[in-house]
Order: sequence, then structure tokens, then C-alpha cells
Amino acid sequence: MSIIIAFLVIGILALVLGLGLSIADKKLAIEKDPKLVALEESMPGANCGGCGFAGCSAYAEAVFKGTAEAGLCSPGGAALAQKMGEILGIKVEAKEKMVAYVFCRGNSEATGADYKYKGMSDCNAAALLQGGPSLCKSGCLHLGSCISVCPVQAISKDEKGNITVDKDKCISCGKCVAVCPNNVIKLVPYSAEYICACNNHEPGGKVRKICQNGCIGCRMCQTKVENSPFTVESFLSVNDFSKEQTNAADAAAICPQKCIVRR
Amino acid sequence: MSYLGIVITYIFVQNFILVQFLGLCPFIGVSKNSESAIGMGVAVTFVTAIASVVCWAVHTLLLAPFGLEYLRTIAFILVIAALVQLVEMVIRKMSPGLYKALGIYLPLITTNCAVLGIAIINIDNGYNLLESFLAGLSAGLGFTMAIILMSNIREKLDMTPVRKVFRGVPIAFISAGLMALAFMMFDKSLLTNLGLV
Repeated sequence: MSIIIAFLVIGILALVLGLGLSIADKKLAIEKDPKLVALEESMPGANCGGCGFAGCSAYAEAVFKGTAEAGLCSPGGAALAQKMGEILGIKVEAKEKMVAYVFCRGNSEATGADYKYKGMSDCNAAALLQGGPSLCKSGCLHLGSCISVCPVQAISKDEKGNITVDKDKCISCGKCVAVCPNNVIKLVPYSAEYICACNNHEPGGKVRKICQNGCIGCRMCQTKVENSPFTVESFLSVNDFSKEQTNAADAAAICPQKCIVRR
Repeated sequence: MSYLGIVITYIFVQNFILVQFLGLCPFIGVSKNSESAIGMGVAVTFVTAIASVVCWAVHTLLLAPFGLEYLRTIAFILVIAALVQLVEMVIRKMSPGLYKALGIYLPLITTNCAVLGIAIINIDNGYNLLESFLAGLSAGLGFTMAIILMSNIREKLDMTPVRKVFRGVPIAFISAGLMALAFMMFDKSLLTNLGLV
């Protein structure tokens, strides 16, 4: 008998409390702006953080409040920017998609080795030991920290150690850019065709000794080509993507090191 | 014991955090800055005061007449959980800033031993309704005082050169221990000398 009373008393108590809570939930519900809800729903939901906010809903809230631009979401791209503009009733210009690119063509054949590295397979760990096992201290370390950090598996490595980014898969979240100890990975426009794939600022003679594929800063691409988008600064050629790219192919052809590559 | 005696007992002599060591989780977790510490203190005070009254009512009106005193733990937990949910809804509605600042710690009051502790202490000491309410309120105020003191100490510690191994939570634990030592000076003789027992 007493167990039935106990059962009933606790059961009824719980029932009353539950009912009270559900009524309170209805009464105290927070009304969200339907525009904000629509914005949140239109997000890709990857929470990659590429926009610079804590996640998709944080970015949606910032756009809703007007503290952020609408076109910052790379996974969503131009389509999302337009959709967000429609929801908010404003005109939005989408920025060109930026993709990661590895500014190094050094590999086990082309680049000399400083020492043999047998530690854990992590670029940041290797970089702590005299700047890495490669003779080039500003190039790719080939251990693939960027591969493991990529949320969409867009980065791959071949048997020589060349690391390439699939520009169609890349969502430009910037995680590989942040993890690379030598800052070899940078973001370039999706349409960029010719890129000087080297990150070494040392003078030509030194670069020649350590890597066959390095930029020696000979200025051929800058001086011998008319309207060249390339400029050499401290022994490294850099393509200014905001300039006209029509003659970039000539610069690639004239490069003695063949380090200006077509993507 | 007089009403003033109960208030002084639960704020100082039997301070929930520094003497009885109840509710230590938010004491360390939410004491990083004084703003959220005050919010947490107010939330706990609110919950302990109401929970004391409600649990007293549940015990006297529901459990005792049926001879079900042995069910008080589960019944109290039930009541407190529902109460905390209600408080959470109210805070979410009234003050979204405070709601964000409290974060995970507000739902954690549900299982906070300080709240269940005061409800059971009230019953054990045979307090009546007003005494229960006062005990709950003062226990919450004692909690608030301790957590605000702690948050101010930790804010100062952030700007003090502390050895790397002690930085953050370790030095906070050491400070908490020293505060508990200081609170040992409040004992029963204080109440006797004030003539409140």
C-alpha cells in the first residue's frame, strides 16, 4: 500500500511541475525576428569559422545587426550572399572566392635535406628543430599538418611530398593558413592562373644551392615582360592579382627556374 | 534560535562555500569576473530562498501527512529541477545578457548541492516556514558574498605576477583555502556572545 502512495505522490507532483513548466515555456517564449531565423536557416551550417565569427548563427546575427557584411561566407559563396541580401532587402556584391595555395614546389628530389627527421609527423613540431629537416627554412615541411586540419579533405600529398590544394573543394576557411609554421599556404583568388610558387626570400645564389625549384629573384618576369603583374621584392617574385593578368603566361615562359607555374 | 541568529548563522558561521563546502562548482567556475559572479550569486540566492519555501511546503503538506519523509531527497530534487528551469526561462526573457554570462552554470544549479543542502538542513533543524525562508535567503547571500569576494580576488590576481604553474585555477584554489581559514573565526561563540542562541 505504502509503495502505491509513494508512487502516486511523486507522480502527481512531477505531473503538476511538468504542466507548470510547459505553460511557463509558452508564456515566456522569446520571439525571434523571422528575418534572423531565415538568415540562420540559409547558412551552410559547416561552422568553419572562415568568416571570422564563432559559427554560422553568430555570423547570421552579426549580418542581421549590420555589424558584418553579407558576402563573407565562402562555403555559401555568391549564391548565399544574394540570398542573404534578398532576406534583408539590401544589395550585396559577392567577393571572389579565395582558395588556399601552397607557395612551394620543393620536394624530396628538388630540395636538399639538412638532417633526417624522425619525430612526430607534425609540421609545427618539426619546425621547432632548427626550422625543419629541409635545407630551405621557409618552404613546405611536407609533413602534412594542413592535410589533417582541413575540414573538407581538399589537400593531398603525392609520393615526392608535393602538397596540392583542390581549389574546387577548398572552402577558404583559412585553417591550413593558420596551422602552417612557415606561412607557405596563402589564399589566392579562385581564378588565379599563374603563381610564383616559392616562399624563400633569400638571395638567388643561396636559393640555387638549396632548391632547384626556388625563385632566385632574377627579375626576368618583371622586366622582360610588358605590363607584367609580377614584381620582385627582396628576391621573391609575387603576382599582384589585382593587376591585368594577360601577360602572366609570358612571365611563366621566361622564368629560368620555372617556378612561375600554371595552376 | 532567533531570526537574526539564523541570518548570521547561514551568512557567516555556516557559510555554504567557505565553511560547509557546498556548491563549489560555480564558486570556481563563475568567479572569473565580478559581473557574472554577481549574476550567479543572485540566481543562487533566488533559487535557494524559493526552494527552501517550496521544499518546506512539499515536506510538511505532502510528504509528512502520508509518512513519506524517506522520499524527501527525490521529491526535493524534482521540485528544485523544475524551479531552476523556471528561473532560467525568466532570466532568458528578462535579461539575455545575464543569461549568456551564466551559460552552463544556470542549468547546473539544478544539481547544485547548495540548493538541495539548504532544503534538507531546514527539515533536519525543524524550521518553520519563515525560518526556512530566512535560512535559504541567508545561505544564498552567504554564497553571493563568497563568490563576489572570490571574483574580486581573481580579478586582482589576473594583474599580479603569479608563477606560471600557479596561474589560473591553482592560485584560485589556494586563495579559496585561505578564505576558508579566515572564515574559521566565525564560530558558535560569536552567536553566544551576541546573545542570539
